[in-house]
Amino acid sequence: MVDAGWYMALAGALFFIGTVGLLLRRNALVMFMCIELMLNAVNLTLISAGRALNDLNGQVAVFFILVVAAAEVVVGLAIIVAIFRVRSSASVDELSELRG
Amino acid sequence: MVEALLFVVVGLVALAGAVTVVVARNPIHSALGLLATLLGVAVLYVVQLAHLVAAVQVIVYAGAVLTLFLFVIMLIGVDEDESREEELPFQRWIVGGLSIVVVLFAGGLTLFGNFEWVPAATATDPTATIGTVEAVARPLFTNWVLAFEATALLLTIAAAGAIALAHYRRRES
Repeated sequence: MVDAGWYMALAGALFFIGTVGLLLRRNALVMFMCIELMLNAVNLTLISAGRALNDLNGQVAVFFILVVAAAEVVVGLAIIVAIFRVRSSASVDELSELRG
Repeated sequence: MVEALLFVVVGLVALAGAVTVVVARNPIHSALGLLATLLGVAVLYVVQLAHLVAAVQVIVYAGAVLTLFLFVIMLIGVDEDESREEELPFQRWIVGGLSIVVVLFAGGLTLFGNFEWVPAATATDPTATIGTVEAVARPLFTNWVLAFEATALLLTIAAAGAIALAHYRRRES
């Protein structure tokens, strides 16, 4: 059996890659995918911690995170499409709609 | 032994997919990289006996969410000429330095930290947490039923919000 720490390390690496992508990329869609990556990394830690601690609640928490992430994707992509209709661009550097 | 082998192979696939998401210039390639990572993580769920979560991951994430991503990419077009020129003079370097510090700090904590606060950090009975539908549904519909209902409400609100955003232009004219 692989120790839970190895799963944590893999999840940490995935989370780190997601963070780097979120900071470096300017395409809103790719940034969104990086957020999904980070959410998945957290889910992996919850599953492996749940197994290491003999606790099913970790899997329940992952279930909830999946639902919330799905809702987030629906609203986020709708916002990206709505912005794209106005600006014809998915680059976050060009967005200034909320500027007062 | 099988688990270690699966962990190495699938973990490498997941990492490669994650790197693809960040590096690929074409958003479609990013989406495919994300697919590799999602499926890899799903395999790791199965390895850790979380069967229901793995199935939900494949159906909801790799199925629905990624399809939605691909639809939106097709809809708003693939602008491959995303500028990679540096416009911020020094902020990104600060963030890079800070992230290296954070990684070193977390690595130091992992290597030298004290994990006494984790009770029994190795599974005494791995079969106790087999994530069958029945096993996961029991805490879900007893302890967490309120949160479950709240997520149902959240999904309804999200669907209504997405439809409202889709009608945004029409209402204005």
